[in-house]
Amino acid sequence: MTRMHLLVERNLMVYRHTWSLLVAEVFEPVLYLLTIGIGIGTLVGHVRGTGVAYPQYVAPALLATAAMNGAMNETTFNLFQKLKFDRVYDSILTTPMTVRDVAFGEVCWALLRGTLTTSGFLVIVTVLGLVHTPWALLALPGAAVIGFAFASAGLAVTTYLRDWQDFQLIQLVMLPMFLFATTFYPLGVYPRPVQLAVECLPLYQSIELLREPSLGHIGPGLLVAAVYLLVMGVLGLAIALPRLRRTLLA
Amino acid sequence: MADEILVRASGLVKVHPMGGVRAVDGIDFELRKGEAFGFLGPNGAGKSSTMRMIGCVSTPSAGELRIFGLDPATDGARIRARLGVVPQEDTVDTELTVRENLYIYGRYFGLSRARIRERTAGLLEFAQLEDKASEQVGALSGGMRRRLTIARSLINEPEILLLDEPTTGLDPQARHVLWDRLFRLKQEGVTLILTTHYMDEAEQLCDRLVVMDRGRIADEGSPRELIERHSTREVLELRFPPGEQAIRAEKVTDIAERLEVLPDRVLLYVEDGEAALAAVHARGVTPITALVRRATLEDVFLTLTGRTLVD
Repeated sequence: MTRMHLLVERNLMVYRHTWSLLVAEVFEPVLYLLTIGIGIGTLVGHVRGTGVAYPQYVAPALLATAAMNGAMNETTFNLFQKLKFDRVYDSILTTPMTVRDVAFGEVCWALLRGTLTTSGFLVIVTVLGLVHTPWALLALPGAAVIGFAFASAGLAVTTYLRDWQDFQLIQLVMLPMFLFATTFYPLGVYPRPVQLAVECLPLYQSIELLREPSLGHIGPGLLVAAVYLLVMGVLGLAIALPRLRRTLLA
Repeated sequence: MADEILVRASGLVKVHPMGGVRAVDGIDFELRKGEAFGFLGPNGAGKSSTMRMIGCVSTPSAGELRIFGLDPATDGARIRARLGVVPQEDTVDTELTVRENLYIYGRYFGLSRARIRERTAGLLEFAQLEDKASEQVGALSGGMRRRLTIARSLINEPEILLLDEPTTGLDPQARHVLWDRLFRLKQEGVTLILTTHYMDEAEQLCDRLVVMDRGRIADEGSPRELIERHSTREVLELRFPPGEQAIRAEKVTDIAERLEVLPDRVLLYVEDGEAALAAVHARGVTPITALVRRATLEDVFLTLTGRTLVD
C-alpha cells in the first residue's frame, strides 16, 4: 500500500499558511506575457510563416515554463531545505512511510503545484483573449506531464547538491534553456545543427506539447513530446530513489 | 508475559558507508516488555547508530536483529507502525502548527482523522502544550519542542518508545518535567529504550542498562548492580593545585581500594569516605578541596573504560 498521498496532504497543510507564494508564481509568466508577448508583440505582429499573432504564440511557451518552474522549484529549493536543514523526512521515515512514499509524494505534489500554477496562468491568458480553440484545455494534462518530468529531474538533481551555492549551477542550465527553447521565436530561426540541439531540450518538448494544441494542431508530434517527458520523469525517479535511500537511511 | 522479549540483537554491527567506521562493533542485548532500558556511553560510542537500527531507519551491516520477532530488513514498515521515536535532534515540522504536527504524524501511521482528534487532546495535555496548540512550531522553546516531539511519538500508542538523548540541551527545569513525563509513560506500561550520557538520567530512569564504549558493550546490569560491581560504596574526590595531582596521589594510594588520577582531581574509591579523608589529613596531605560522595555510574564508566564520560 502506498502512502504517498499523505505527503501531498502534508504539503497542502503547509500551503494553507503560505498560499500567497503560489500567487507570486503565476505573476512571473504574466510579466513576461505583458512585456514581451504583448509589448514586443506590437512590433512583431504575426510570427513569420504561421499567421499566428505574437502574444498567442508566446503564451503557451510561458505556460509550459510555468509548469516547469512550479514543479522544479518544489523538488529543488523546497525539497533541499526539507532534506538538509528542516530534516522533515527523518521524522517521516520513523513512521511506516518509506523513502518511496516520500519521493513519489513529493513528485506528485510538485506536478500538482505546477499544474495549479499553469491553470491560474491559463485563466489569465484566456481573459486576455489569447485562447482561440478548446484544444488549449490540453494544456492541463500537458502541464501535469511537464510537471512530472521536471519534478523528477529536480529531485534527482537535488540528491547531488551539497549547499545553496550549487543552485547557481541549476540556474546556469535553466536560464539559457528558457531563452533558447523556442520560447520567443520558432525553431526555423536556427541553422539545422542548432535546431537538432534545441529539439533535445526538455523545455522545447514541453513547449511543443502545449503550443501545438493551443494553435489547433493535433498530431503525432504531441505523442513524441509526451513520451520524451514521461521517460525523463521515470529516469529522474530511477536515479533519485536509490540516492535518497542512501542519504536518509545511512 | 512479563518476560516477553521485544528486541533481540546478536552480533549486531554497523559500519558506516562513509569512511567505513565501525560505529557498532558486535553487540548483543535483549529488551523485555515493560522495562526501561538504557544505552550509556560518551559521544561516538555507537548509541545512536544502535537506536537507528532498532528504529528500522538504518540497516545492520552484520549480525541479527529482531524486533517484535520480526526482521527489520523485510518488515520495517510493520515494525515502525508499533514504535515511537524521539530523535536526538528535534525534527518537528517547523512549517506547521503544534496541532498540525500531531495530526499529520498520526496520518503517516494511517490513523483516521477521528482517532487522531481523540488522541490529540490527551497528548497536548501530556506535553503541557494546550495553550500552544495553534502556534507555529518555530515559536516554541527548546523544552516545548522536545515535549511536542515526545507527544508526537506517542500518537500511535507505541509498544516501544525510543528516546535518543531525550534531555540533551535542555535546562534543568525542563529536564525534570521531561523525566516526570517519562516516569508516567513507564507506569502506563510503555517499554522505553533510551540513550544518554548523563549519569543521573540513567540512574533515575533505567531499570537496566548497557555501558557502551567504542561500539562495544563494556558491561550490562541495573544501575545498582553496575555500581556495586565496578565501584566502592563511596568516592573521595581530592583537588590539588594544577599539575600536582599525580605527585600528591602517590602519597595516598594505599588508603583507597582503587585510585584514579584525572587532570583536575584525584578519585579515591573507598568504603568510608570520611574515614579516608581523615587518613589523608593524618599523612599531612592537604588538598585544596575534598568531597565525599556516593559512587555513581560515572565511576562505573571510568573503571570500565579508563575515561570520563563527558569532557
